[in-house]
Amino acid sequence: MGYSGLRVIYEALTGHKGWKPAWRDPAPQSEYDIVIVGGGGHGLATAYYLAREFGQARIAVLEKGWIGGGNVGRNTTIIRSNYLLDGNEPFYELSLRLWEGLEQELNFNAMVSQRGILNLVHTDAQRDAARRRGNAMILNGSDAELLDQDGVRALYPFLNFDDARFPIKGGLLHRRGGTVRHDGVAWGYARAADRRGVDIIQNCEVTGFRIENGRVRGVETSRGYIGAGKVGVAVAGSSSRVMQKAGLRLPIESHVLQAFVSEGLKPLIPGVITFGAGHFYCSQSDKGGLVFGGDIDMYNSYAQRGNLPVIEDVLEGGMALIPALGRVRLLRAWGGIMDMSMDGSPFIDRTGIEGLYFNGGWCYGGFKATPASGFCFAHLMATDRPHAVAGAYRLDRFRSGHMIDEKGQGAQPNLH
Amino acid sequence: MIIHHPLLGPRDAQEFVYLGDASLIDRPDWQAEDAAGAFHDYLYLRDNPAGLHRELWFHEQGDRSWLVVTRDTTTHEITSVELARDVARARGRSR
Amino acid sequence: MTVQINRVDGGRVDRGQRIGFTFDGVRYEGHPGDTLASALMANGVRLLGRSFKYHRPRGVLAFGSEEPNALVELRRGGRQEPNTRATVAELFDGLEARSQNRFPTLRHDLLSVNDLFSRFLTAGFYYKTFMWPRAFWERVYEPMIRRAAGLGSVSLEDDPDAYDKGFLHCDLLVIGAGPAGLMAALTAARAGVRVILADEDFEPGGRLLAETHVIGDQPGADWAGQVLDELAALDNVRLMPRSTVIGAFDHGVYGAVERVADHLPAPASGTPRQIFWRIYAQRAVLCAGATERPIAFANNDRPGVMLGGAVRAYANRMAAVPDRRVAVFTNNDDGHRTAADLIAKGIEVPCVIDTRADAPAVAGTDLFAGAQVIGTRGRLGLRAMTLRLADGSTRQIDCGALAVSGGWNPNVQLTCHQRGRPQWDDAIAAFVPGDTLPAGLRVAGAAAGRMSTHGALESGAGAARAALADLGHATVAPDLPRAEDAPVRLQPFWHVRGARGRAWLDFQNDVTVKDVTLAHQENYVSVEHLKRYTTLGMATDQGKTSNLGGLAVMAELTGKSIPETGTTIFRPPYTPVSFGALAGRSVGRAFHPVRETPSHTWATEQGAVFTEVGDWLRAQWFARPGETHWRQTVDREVLQTRRSVGVCDVTTLGKIDVQGADAAAFLNRIYANGFAKLPVGRVRYGLMLREDGIAYDDGTAARLAEDHFVVTTTTANAVLVFRRMEFARQCLWPDLDVQLVSTTESWAQFAVAGPKSRALLEKIVDDVDLSNDAFPFMACAEVTVCGGCRARLFRISFSGELAYEIAVPTRYGDAMIRALMQAGEEFDVVPYGTEALGVMRIEKGHAAGNELNGTTTALNLGLGRMVSKKKDCIGNTLSERDGLNAPDALRLVGLKPLDPGDPVAAGAHLMAEAGPVDAGHDQGYVTSAAYSPVLQTPIGLAYLKDGAARMGEVMRLVNPLEGTEVRVTVVSPHFVDPDGGRQRA
Repeated sequence: MGYSGLRVIYEALTGHKGWKPAWRDPAPQSEYDIVIVGGGGHGLATAYYLAREFGQARIAVLEKGWIGGGNVGRNTTIIRSNYLLDGNEPFYELSLRLWEGLEQELNFNAMVSQRGILNLVHTDAQRDAARRRGNAMILNGSDAELLDQDGVRALYPFLNFDDARFPIKGGLLHRRGGTVRHDGVAWGYARAADRRGVDIIQNCEVTGFRIENGRVRGVETSRGYIGAGKVGVAVAGSSSRVMQKAGLRLPIESHVLQAFVSEGLKPLIPGVITFGAGHFYCSQSDKGGLVFGGDIDMYNSYAQRGNLPVIEDVLEGGMALIPALGRVRLLRAWGGIMDMSMDGSPFIDRTGIEGLYFNGGWCYGGFKATPASGFCFAHLMATDRPHAVAGAYRLDRFRSGHMIDEKGQGAQPNLH
Repeated sequence: MIIHHPLLGPRDAQEFVYLGDASLIDRPDWQAEDAAGAFHDYLYLRDNPAGLHRELWFHEQGDRSWLVVTRDTTTHEITSVELARDVARARGRSR
Repeated sequence: MTVQINRVDGGRVDRGQRIGFTFDGVRYEGHPGDTLASALMANGVRLLGRSFKYHRPRGVLAFGSEEPNALVELRRGGRQEPNTRATVAELFDGLEARSQNRFPTLRHDLLSVNDLFSRFLTAGFYYKTFMWPRAFWERVYEPMIRRAAGLGSVSLEDDPDAYDKGFLHCDLLVIGAGPAGLMAALTAARAGVRVILADEDFEPGGRLLAETHVIGDQPGADWAGQVLDELAALDNVRLMPRSTVIGAFDHGVYGAVERVADHLPAPASGTPRQIFWRIYAQRAVLCAGATERPIAFANNDRPGVMLGGAVRAYANRMAAVPDRRVAVFTNNDDGHRTAADLIAKGIEVPCVIDTRADAPAVAGTDLFAGAQVIGTRGRLGLRAMTLRLADGSTRQIDCGALAVSGGWNPNVQLTCHQRGRPQWDDAIAAFVPGDTLPAGLRVAGAAAGRMSTHGALESGAGAARAALADLGHATVAPDLPRAEDAPVRLQPFWHVRGARGRAWLDFQNDVTVKDVTLAHQENYVSVEHLKRYTTLGMATDQGKTSNLGGLAVMAELTGKSIPETGTTIFRPPYTPVSFGALAGRSVGRAFHPVRETPSHTWATEQGAVFTEVGDWLRAQWFARPGETHWRQTVDREVLQTRRSVGVCDVTTLGKIDVQGADAAAFLNRIYANGFAKLPVGRVRYGLMLREDGIAYDDGTAARLAEDHFVVTTTTANAVLVFRRMEFARQCLWPDLDVQLVSTTESWAQFAVAGPKSRALLEKIVDDVDLSNDAFPFMACAEVTVCGGCRARLFRISFSGELAYEIAVPTRYGDAMIRALMQAGEEFDVVPYGTEALGVMRIEKGHAAGNELNGTTTALNLGLGRMVSKKKDCIGNTLSERDGLNAPDALRLVGLKPLDPGDPVAAGAHLMAEAGPVDAGHDQGYVTSAAYSPVLQTPIGLAYLKDGAARMGEVMRLVNPLEGTEVRVTVVSPHFVDPDGGRQRA
C-alpha cells in the first residue's frame, strides 16, 4: 500500500501496525546484473531509474555505511537550474523538471519547494554576467528574472540596503529554484527502488574491483565477493579512493565544505538568497532553522569537518547582508567532502575498463543534480550511450580541451 | 590550523593561500615527446590521497614563501613543512 | 507583585537586593545570582513554554545550557533575542522575557490542538502525505506547516550592539571550572605556565556550587572560592567566566564565546555584547562535567518533571524549588542525594521511586524499590503521578514536582569535534571519551567518567600534570584535599514499559518512545536514520538530554547493545552561538577594508561618485553642476578627453617590480609573448596565460634597466598574478636570478590621455624631451617631476589617444593630481572616472575583465598570434588542444545596432538574423557594452562564433531576460582609430 493522507489516517486509527520497512535489508546475492557502488542520492536514483525507465532487473546498491549518509544527507538542500554553459544548463533543467514531479513519481513527500533563488549582484560587471546567464537559462527553457534594487527590496526588505559596504544593485531571480528535504530524497529513491526489486545493501564496503581482460567482473566487499555484469560507481567525496582500486587517477580533489543551521525561528526568509559580495547563502527550512553556507575550506580533506576561518567568514557575510540576524544563534556546523573537479563540472562516463562506469566530480552541486544524475547514469549504463544532456561530462574532456568551466577559474579545484 | 613555517615558526593557516598537490612543482618539459599528454596529467590528474598529502601553501600575508606542507587529509595533522624552493631544487628544478 | 513562594533558605543568591523583571508582562522579583529560570521557579511559575510539534506545556527540565524546554524571547526591538534558555539567562533589573511558539497566550495556545491529533502526527508522517493535489504542497500545506513551525522570532531590526573578536594564547586551556577544572588550573598555574580557565557559568565552581559536598574541611563552594582567589592573584592565569568553549578545531585552536554584557540591560558604552575568542592552546583539558539524563515514562513531559540533579542545584545554589512537595524517580544512587538535600531544605519528599529492587533506603522518606512511574497528571503542570510498585500494584501520589535521575552522561561533545567517537562504559552506563581525541586535549573529571568529587580532583590534577609534562614543564603533585568518592551505583533503565501514553525522549522536538518504535518498524534503524527521521536530538540542545535515551530504545528494539547500535557525533558549537559574535566587527561598512586611491581626497572634493572595485573605491565619474544624468557626465568626460586631455587615477592596477639578472628570461616564461629582447626604455603589452592555455591577465611590462622591469596587471588580478609569479619563481625555476616585489601601493599612477597630454606633461616633467621622436609610443623612463620629485613615465594608451601614465611615490599622489589639473587648466583638462575609462577602452576594442572571463583564449581575443611557439611559457603547450582551437571558435568582434536608438546590453546573446531563438542556435554573447559619444550610437564587444569571418553580418541580439531583441551589425572591435594613428602621434 502506498503513502497517502488516507493511509496516514487509517494507520493512525489502527495503531500504525501496517507500516512496512521503507526498504528491505536483504543479504547480498552472489551476483547481479548491475551493481551500483554508493548508496547516496545519485546511486539510489540510478538504481531506481535503471529499474523504472530502462527495464533492468537484478540490481544492487552497495553502501559502506547507511544510505544517504554522504552529501545527500549533509547539504544545504538547494535545487536550481541556473547554469550558464551549454554543457551544464540542459542537464540541470532536466534535473529540475524531474524534481518538479518527484513526489508523485516516488510516492514519497521529499518536500520539493520552489521558493525561488535570488543571486544578488553588487557591481555592473556582476549584472552583465547575470544578464548573460539569465538569458542562457531562458534560451535553455529555464526561467530567470533580472531585478533592480527595488525589486530585491520588495522581496527581502530586511537586507542591508542602507549601510552596505557593497551595495545591492539587483539580483537574478530564478523562481523555479528552491529547496528539498534532503534526507527524504535518499529515502524516497531507496523506497521506490526497493519496491522495484533493487537490493539495497547497507554496511557493505567495496574494497576492490575484480577486473579480467579489461572487463569488470564484480566487486570485492566487506561482505564477500559480488559478481556483476556492470558496475557503476557513484561515491562523490570518495571517488578518488574508490576508483584508485580500479587503477584510475581522476581529475578530482576532495575538499571539505561546511554547512550550518541556526536555531528554529518563525518564518523570516521565504526563498534562497545568495550574497554576491561575500561567501554566504541562506534559506529557511520548513522547521524554521536558517540553513546556510559559504565557501569551501580550501585545502584537501577527507575529514568531514572544517575550521574556524571559514565559519567566521560565512557569518561575516551573513551579518553584512542581514544585520537583523545578530542575535540569532548558530546551532550546528558540519562538513561534507566534495569531489572538486578541475573545471567545477561533473563526470558521467564510461571508464577505460569495460563495464565499469563512473559518476562523480559534483563539487558542491551534487544535490540538485540527483534526479538527472541518476537518470543519465542509468541511461549510460543501460544503453552504453550518454544521455543527450550529459554528453559533455566526459572524463577525457581536459585532454581534448573541452572544459565546462562556469566560473572560469581553470584547473584549480578549490576555486570552483 | 597552524603551519610551522620553517623560517617564521608557527603561523595560523589563515595567513596562507592553498594551491594543491606539491606535484605541481614537477612541470613537464615542453619539448618532450607527448608534452601535451604530460602537461595534461600534470595539470589535471591528482592522487588525491586519503592520508599523507604533500601540498603547496603560499604565505601571502607573511613572507611570501611557498611551502610544501605534509599533512594528513584524514586528520589534518601536519608532519613536516619545507620551503618549496628547497623541495623544487631537490627534485632537480633549477633554471 | 507576587511572593517568592518557592524560595528556600541558603543558596548563593543575594537576598539583600531585589531585582524586578517581567515574564509575559507579569512583574516578578528575584535576586542577584538568580537565573531567569530560578527566579521564575522561586515565584512559583512552572509553565515557561510550549513544545515544538504538539505545543505541549513545558517547564524547566535542567539547570544549565542543556535545557531543552525553557526557551524564551528576551528583550525588545533590535535586541530581541529568540530561543534563550531561561536556565542560563542571568537576571538583571528590568529584564523582559516572553514565552514563544504559542498563540495567543502561553496558557491558551491554539496549536495545542496538535496534541489531540498526535496519533496522526507521528515521526515522519509528512513524508507520507501532502502529495495530493500536487500544487497544494507549496500553496497550502507548506505555508501552513511553516507558520506553525519555528520557535522564537526575530524583530528584523538591526542589532544595535557591537561584537568583537580576540585572540588568546596559552600553554594550558582548562575548559570548565568545576572540581576537575579548578584542580587542573591550580596545578598548572602553580607551575608558572600560561593558563586560561574558561567556564560557561557566570559563577565558576561547577557542581561544587550545586552540591553539599565537603572538600577538606570546608563546603565545596568555599574551597572553589579559595582556589579561584589564588588563581585570580596570579599573572599567568586568565579566568574567563561567562565564556563557553564552543569548539575544538585543528592544531589546538579553540573557539570561545564570552558573554560580556548579556547580564546587563545594555552593554556599557564602548564595550561589546559578546566577544568571540580564538584560543591557541598548546594543551587543553576538558573538564566539562556531565549531563543528567531523564527516564522516559508516560507523560513525563509535564512542567514540574525535572532532572534530579537540576532540582538539587536549584535548591542548593539558587535557593529555589519547583514545588514544596517533590518526589524522586531514580535508577541510581544520585537520586537519593536529591531526596536528602531537599529534605534538608525542609521540602516534603513524599517518596523515592527507585527502579532497583535492591535500592538502599533513604532517611526521611518512603522508598519504593523496584517501582516505576507509569503516568502523570496535571494540565499545565504536574499535580500527581501514578506508580507501579514492585508487586505490580499501582498507587497515585500527589506532588508538584518530580526529580528524575537516569544517570549522568559525560559531556564528551568537544572530544567528538574532530570526529572522535566516544566509547561505552558499562560501569556508568554512558559514553565516555574515546581513544581518538583532538590533538593536545585531555579529559578529566565527570567528562571523563570520573563521577566522584575525589575522582574529579585527582584526574584534573593528573591531566594538567601530564599536559605540562608533554611541554617539558615540571610540576609538583598537589595535595589533594579529602572529598567524597562515592561509586556510581546504577541500574541502566531507559524507559518504562507497559504503560499507556506517550513517553518523551526529546522534549523540545516531541520525540517519543513510540516514534522510535515506528522508525524501527520502517527500517530507519541506523542511528543517523533514526535521528533524521524522528528529529531526535536535532533540537537546540543537540540532544544533550535525549540522544542516549533514543539510542537505548532502538538498541532494545534491535536486540543489540547500545554501542553496537551506535552513537551520534556531536558537532560544533557546544552550545548555540550568536551570529553577531562570529561576525565580530565585520558588519555594515566595516565588512571589508576600504582601499582608497591616492587621489581620493581630491576626487571627493570634486564631488566624484565612487564605485567599488574589489576593495578599492574608484571615482566612477565627476558630475558637474547642471548634469542630470550620469550619461551626460560620462559623455562629456570621453569627448573632452578625446578632444583635449583627461586625467584618471589608475593606481589600482597591479604593479610588480621585477629585478635581477634573469628578469627578462623570467618574464619571457610568464608572458605568452616574447620579452627577452625588449629594449631598455621600452614598454610592451603582455598577455599571460594560465597553464591550461586560457588567457589569464594582461598588462604591460616596462624595461627600466637591463635587470629591472615594472609589470602591470589588471586591478582584479593584482594579488593573483603576483602569487603565480612567485610560484613560478620559487617552485618552477628556483635558481633564476630574479626578485619580485608588489609595488601596487607604492606608486600613485595617473593616466594622462588625449591630444593635449604631451603639452600638459611637458609642464610637469623636468627636463625630458617628450617629442614623438625622443619619447615615442611605448617608451618609458625614470624621470623627475615638478622640480625633482622621483617619477616614472610610460607612454601607453588604454583609450587609444596619445597618452601617458605617470607614476610618483604614493605619498605624492594627492599633490600630483592637483599639479596635473592645475597644469592642464589651459588645455581644458578633465578628470575622468572608471565609466569613461570603460567607454574609451570599448571604443578602442581593448579587452578587460569582461572579456578575460577565465574561459577565453588568446585566439578568442584575436591575439592568437601573440602566443609564441618558439619558447617555453606558462600555458602555451595546453593552449594547443583541439577544443580550444575549433574552426568556429569564438572571436572578439564589435557590434553596432542598425538603429542607433536600439540598446546593446552586455549579456545579450547573438542569433542569426533569421531562424529559431534558442540555446541550440546561440552564436555568441555581448561581453561589454557602452554608448559611444564619438560614434553617437550604442556599441558592444562580443564573442561570436567564427566572428572574424563574419564582419558586416546582420544578426539579432536577443535579451529575453529583459524582453528586447535588436538587430546589430558585426564590425571590427576597434571602433575608434583602428589604425592606432592617434596613440602614435
